[in-house]
Amino acid sequence: MKFNKSALVMILYILFLMLPIYWLINMSLKTNQEILSTFSLWPNQLTLDNYMVIFTDPSWYGGYINSITYVIMNTVISLSVALPAAYAFSRYTFMGDKHLFFWLLTNRMAPPAVFALPFFQLYSSVGLFDTHIAVALAHTLFNVPLAVWILEGFMRGVPKEIDETAYIDGYGFFTFFRKIFMPLIASGIGVAAFFCFMFSWVELLLSRTLTSVDAKSIAATMTRTASASGLDWGVLAAAGVLTIIPGALVIYFVRNHIAKGFALGRV
Amino acid sequence: MSLILEDITLSSDGQPHIYQTNLTLEKATMNVLLGATLSGKTTLMRLMAGLDKPTSGRILWNGEDVTGKRVQDRDIAMVYQQFINYPSLSVYENIASPLRLMNKSRSEIDDAVKEAADLMKLSNFLDRKPLELSGGQQQRCALARALVKGAGLVLLDEPLANLDYKLREELRAEIPKIFEQSGAIFVYATTEPEEALLLGGNTATLSQGRITQFNKTPDVYHHPKDATTARIFSNPPMNFLNLNKKGTEVTFSDGTVASMLNSLADGEYLAGFRPNHLELHKHHENAIKFSAKLNVTEITGSETFLHLQHDDQAWVGLVHGVHDLNLGEDLSVYLDPSHIYTFSQEGELVLPASYAGEKR
Repeated sequence: MKFNKSALVMILYILFLMLPIYWLINMSLKTNQEILSTFSLWPNQLTLDNYMVIFTDPSWYGGYINSITYVIMNTVISLSVALPAAYAFSRYTFMGDKHLFFWLLTNRMAPPAVFALPFFQLYSSVGLFDTHIAVALAHTLFNVPLAVWILEGFMRGVPKEIDETAYIDGYGFFTFFRKIFMPLIASGIGVAAFFCFMFSWVELLLSRTLTSVDAKSIAATMTRTASASGLDWGVLAAAGVLTIIPGALVIYFVRNHIAKGFALGRV
Repeated sequence: MSLILEDITLSSDGQPHIYQTNLTLEKATMNVLLGATLSGKTTLMRLMAGLDKPTSGRILWNGEDVTGKRVQDRDIAMVYQQFINYPSLSVYENIASPLRLMNKSRSEIDDAVKEAADLMKLSNFLDRKPLELSGGQQQRCALARALVKGAGLVLLDEPLANLDYKLREELRAEIPKIFEQSGAIFVYATTEPEEALLLGGNTATLSQGRITQFNKTPDVYHHPKDATTARIFSNPPMNFLNLNKKGTEVTFSDGTVASMLNSLADGEYLAGFRPNHLELHKHHENAIKFSAKLNVTEITGSETFLHLQHDDQAWVGLVHGVHDLNLGEDLSVYLDPSHIYTFSQEGELVLPASYAGEKR
């Protein structure tokens, strides 16, 4: 039989990629005792107890609900702010537009940690601390610039003559934007939403700093599982598996447009 | 119905794009804007549409000042050189869109769309999306949308420029039909003199942001006001050479002497003639003989373009048939004096070519 080298490399690579995820799933289906005592490639005593804990304990599933809530809030706010901004940048010239457009990205040049302190102090003093909107607003600082850049790229690809033809036909601006323009940049909106979602979903530091109990995110919950009896390995692994799922789902839906999104719509 | 541009100018960043322009378009007329690219055709059209605001001057529609009026509230339709449709809507919805915005009844819209689609030969494609059509069909869809609106002013900005030859011929024949049915003011921008002649009506020739002449198309063609207009309204552009008139004799810049143009006062002039009037053989007894060096020949099948160097002037000749000529050869070319336009040295027309007849 002819030995296929490239297939071997491919298989090794995929194994390498999948190993951590497999190990996570593997752990999530084991008992704590088995995780700590023996080395096994698959669960000897298959159990779904870890998942049951998450779905029954409000402090666990509450984390997911909180995370999803502020992630969706953030995505909606970011897009509704970025759409008109991107339209203005792509269609009009105004004083300082190029500079403003470039410097929008400066917010992304600093790590979120830089902003943790001012946000914490500001939100505490205005009574926004430990609310969903606090995290959502904090994340827009990073997501709006990125969404503007992505959407502007997609909008620039739509000829200005389409706008003008619509006005000549008699469309008002808002009808035109909703009925004609938005469908043309639908994939751009999808990609921008994806980036907002992913950033907000994986961001840990701000969400942990700005929440304590009521709006605690799943990532924060996971870092606080250490208890007197040590780490609850199995439950933590199950939480990890469940955390991957929303991201994987979102990626699946925008997979065909993602490359264009990474190029900020300029492909 | 009439559109009047009153002392319109447009400049941006201190750079003038349209110099002071006055133009009156009467109802139910076909008006051609003829000029090379960047001569200001599109800019002028955008001013008429209200997409751009003039720096100074007024635009009157039926006597009413519409200078600052929103595009949406104007009685216009426009077709661009690029094929502009709404990609997310079907062809039917594309054509219907201006009517829907006018709150027409469903059956009224249906009738109008069907009729326009029929005229534009789109009836079989109404369910498709514009991007699933060929280029010619896309442009016909855009034309149908402009047509169905029943606007008083229809602006067509080089609508056929991006189409291949065959489709262009086809659509070119349809545009006068649409025009006749609509009774609107049509404005048609083009770079091609043939198109202007084919569409008839009036022609305004544009050069570098100025209208050089506006009149009935054949008049502009036969009696160009100046050398610039003559150059624009000739494809390939008109050829020129200098001449000196003294007594009964005319001396051309290359030393050729002929007896012609008797009514002309003595002095220096600029002579112009169209490429298709240059001949390789002496057909006319009075024909003047010039010698010129042949640089390039372009054979299109039934015609041959000769790119010639005559003295310091580059000439183009257009002759029938396929000619086998050697490049770099010195040719004798012939020109019937009745085809010569005489311009003053500043470019003003002094004497039209006698073949063109008297100005009507």
